[in-house]
Amino acid sequence: MTRVFLRAGFLAALLAFSGLSLAIDTEAAFEDPVLQHRYETINRELRCLVCQNQTIADSNATLAQDLRREVREMIAAGKTDDEIREFMIERYGDFVLYRPRMTAQNFLLWAAPALLLLIAAVVLVRVVRRRAQESDIETDGPEAGHS
Amino acid sequence: MLKYGIPLLLAVVLGVFLMIGLNRDPRYVPSPLIGKPAPEFSLPSLQDASYPVSSKELLGQPWVLNVWGTWCGGCRQEHDTLLAIARQDVVPMIGLNWKDDNAAAQQWLRQLGNPYAAVAEDREGRTAIDWGVYGAPETFLIGPDGVVLYKHIAPMTMEDWNKEFLPRIEAARAAAGSKS
Repeated sequence: MTRVFLRAGFLAALLAFSGLSLAIDTEAAFEDPVLQHRYETINRELRCLVCQNQTIADSNATLAQDLRREVREMIAAGKTDDEIREFMIERYGDFVLYRPRMTAQNFLLWAAPALLLLIAAVVLVRVVRRRAQESDIETDGPEAGHS
Repeated sequence: MLKYGIPLLLAVVLGVFLMIGLNRDPRYVPSPLIGKPAPEFSLPSLQDASYPVSSKELLGQPWVLNVWGTWCGGCRQEHDTLLAIARQDVVPMIGLNWKDDNAAAQQWLRQLGNPYAAVAEDREGRTAIDWGVYGAPETFLIGPDGVVLYKHIAPMTMEDWNKEFLPRIEAARAAAGSKS
């Protein structure tokens, strides 16, 4: 029974690590798994500007390698995730973020879904009210004429 | 009329925005550095590692930073234009040799001619990252006060130089002159 468990555990471990073998990054991992996780997470949020539809975690362009090195060194130096993001934005602009921030410039874009929903709701209410009135006039009209 | 007018208007407005979007170059990413102090650097000179090329020494005059490498096709393409610009002798042009092989870079300049007042060697690409460089060739214009005035992302042409660089250089000189 324990052998089955061991074998299952071994297979699970293999599966868990198979993702790593796909990674492009050839640098040695952080010894601290928490730091390694932060490193991988932030790399997946940063755009490689040479190959614009890839993150720096996916790309092997030299710029992506260099940016991963910067991220690695900043994490090792104890910088927070926000500080690392700020470092990238200062140099490459908001476009470097795969999850864009809300700024004064793109506020309308963020607000657009809510705004459109609001407009649709207003139009809907008005149309429904007008139809209700029209049907009121049709049904009530003759009676109103009687009174 | 109104029933079809409003949706039609919305469709046209949306269409115009989409048309504009189609014609924009996604490779062009505006630099957040424009209007901000240029990142400082002090790097070894390409030709003589013991001689540093420092951005501080350039303060007080407009200057141009051209990012290049021998591995970069666009840099070869713009090289003759850079030589022509250097012959005009309007502003010092500093080269930033980005992640290149030193010997190959030196040979490139010997063979094709050297448009640069000085070339800083950025072997590790750290200065390039500070400047937000993502694709050579890139050319920056820096004002006398050390503020980045303009960034050109593509091989330089004489038209770009005359249209985008020269007027800004003149304006920067005029502004600096009126202050002093």
